[in-house]
Amino acid sequence: MEHETLGQIFIITVLSSNFVLAMFLGLCPFLGVSGKLETAVPMGIATSFVMLVASLCSYALNQLLTHFDLEFLRLIAYIAVIASAVQLVEMVMKKFSPALFRALGIYLPLITTNCAVLGVALFQTARDYDLAQSVAFSLGGGVGFSLALILMAGVRERLNLSNLPSVMHGTALSLMLAGLLSLAFMGFGGIGVAR
Amino acid sequence: MSSQPLQASNMEQLLEGIWKQNPVFVMALGMCPALAVTVSAFNALGMGLATTFVLICSCTLISMLRRFIPREVRIATYIVIIATFVTLVDYLIQAVSLALYEALGAFIQLIVVNCIILGRAEAHAAKNQPFSAMVNALGMGIGFTIGLFALGSVREILGAGKLFGISLFGDQFQPWVVMVLPPGGFFVLGLWLLFFAWLAKRKEAQHGA
Amino acid sequence: MSGEQPIHIVPPVNSLRMVRTLMLVTSLCGGLIVAVWQWTQPAIAANKKVVLERSVRALIPNAAQIVEYDASAKGITPAKGDPAAGAVRFYAAYDKDGKLDAIAAEGAARGYSDTVRVLYGYRHACECIFGIQVTQMKETPGIGDKIITDPAFLKNFESLDVSLTPDMKSLFNTVKTVKHGTKQFGWEIDAIAGATITSKAVGRGINDSAQRLLPLLLPHLEAVKQNGGMQ
Repeated sequence: MEHETLGQIFIITVLSSNFVLAMFLGLCPFLGVSGKLETAVPMGIATSFVMLVASLCSYALNQLLTHFDLEFLRLIAYIAVIASAVQLVEMVMKKFSPALFRALGIYLPLITTNCAVLGVALFQTARDYDLAQSVAFSLGGGVGFSLALILMAGVRERLNLSNLPSVMHGTALSLMLAGLLSLAFMGFGGIGVAR
Repeated sequence: MSSQPLQASNMEQLLEGIWKQNPVFVMALGMCPALAVTVSAFNALGMGLATTFVLICSCTLISMLRRFIPREVRIATYIVIIATFVTLVDYLIQAVSLALYEALGAFIQLIVVNCIILGRAEAHAAKNQPFSAMVNALGMGIGFTIGLFALGSVREILGAGKLFGISLFGDQFQPWVVMVLPPGGFFVLGLWLLFFAWLAKRKEAQHGA
Repeated sequence: MSGEQPIHIVPPVNSLRMVRTLMLVTSLCGGLIVAVWQWTQPAIAANKKVVLERSVRALIPNAAQIVEYDASAKGITPAKGDPAAGAVRFYAAYDKDGKLDAIAAEGAARGYSDTVRVLYGYRHACECIFGIQVTQMKETPGIGDKIITDPAFLKNFESLDVSLTPDMKSLFNTVKTVKHGTKQFGWEIDAIAGATITSKAVGRGINDSAQRLLPLLLPHLEAVKQNGGMQ
């Protein structure tokens, strides 16, 4: 596989290969937390941090497992590392920002079941990225996820005041919005790909 | 904990997972795989069956072990068990059909974080007997598969003019390509959810007014 | 909660029970995985071989036998597991008499949606690539997927020049995809109009692979000219 530079990987993952809008990862929190801007931003940051930690740890784990020919334990190992990373983030947040901790509520431990976090680990393994590329990939994933979340929150906040048939409100509406956002992001197609 | 005497009969539980509490259309759970792999009816069925397999096996095993798992570590234990069956299904699919494996890709392994499975384990399997847990899981699994199939077939028909690879409209049909791309997935699922919300509202109006 | 709170004493033996349960469950699960893995490995390997041979035969119809090798700085070795760092995997296709017909290798590059993987066939007699098979792509249907069907695009690969420099250290000319209608030289690929990104991915994938493989393979080509020449 041709070598992709770090900048390329980052830009492609944020824009044209956006985790939420193009790869369908992280939809549960995307639809659940994007109702308000003030919860969307910390959620994005928390998830990005967990993604970075998960990426680093799974890279190290993968090297270890491959060395001992234990690839079949990969999934269990990855999910264990992610659960621990989320615990860590919860503890840190509880200590430094209890208000935020309460605002995020149940969604914080749910980062464990966020497809985007496990997705980072799985995709970087499948694409055989080295350490630097994995970091660029997870950073891109986090920024892309947060970007999609913030955009969605901004639009939904405004839609709350609009005149839509009541049957539309809720997940159906969020999905339509996500579809429009996804369509818009398709305009970034080809960005960052080598000439 | 013994099973409650007022527990819904097994048949009712099965049907509940399929209709009233359909994970895709009503509860909007497990959407990541729902949108990512449903570009064709075949892939949708494959993913639905794989998830159902993991659901049934995990819930049954968790239900069998429910008295031995201490409360404090229950989530961790459930996840390990679910991850095990996901790893199994990953190898089984590779052995049976490499084409399906390529199509589903990393989303097979992402079944482990599908909210449906952990949710069922926690809400039902941990509190009921193995057979009941298995039936409940089967109902949810069938409901999920039906949901995925509804998505996949619409997207394949509109986006490729085919169903299961069989061309429906002949060569002159200009496929609505966006349907097999990400935005199409969002739109089609949104429309299905809208349909079900409308159905629910109508039913409510009939009963209420 | 009203009334008095019962004092909740946690017996110390609980943590032992937790650890014991986790260990038991993990061993059970681990054992299950290993058992199924061992049971499915032969079937998976067979499946992969079938898929590979199908692609190689589509490219090289006369192939009677296909042998996998790895080319590295140390020479050519029979393929085992995944290629080592710096080694490039290739497939030698032998005809009925055991003589080398052609070499096939894989190239990959990112296209519009995801990776585009291409199997290309090389013959030393013309020092050129004579055909391709797209083995994996998730490009846009009706646009990017034309790389599989467009006859004008496929014609690019009937005689794609990949000759080496005299010192055999690199390709004389970089394989490049150029804008539709502007192809001048034998080492250029004419892109599909409206599907430039996907066309360029094919070009980059082939270039990347050929640049790495041919300088390692050609100095030792004699070793694989006859089937069975390598132990």
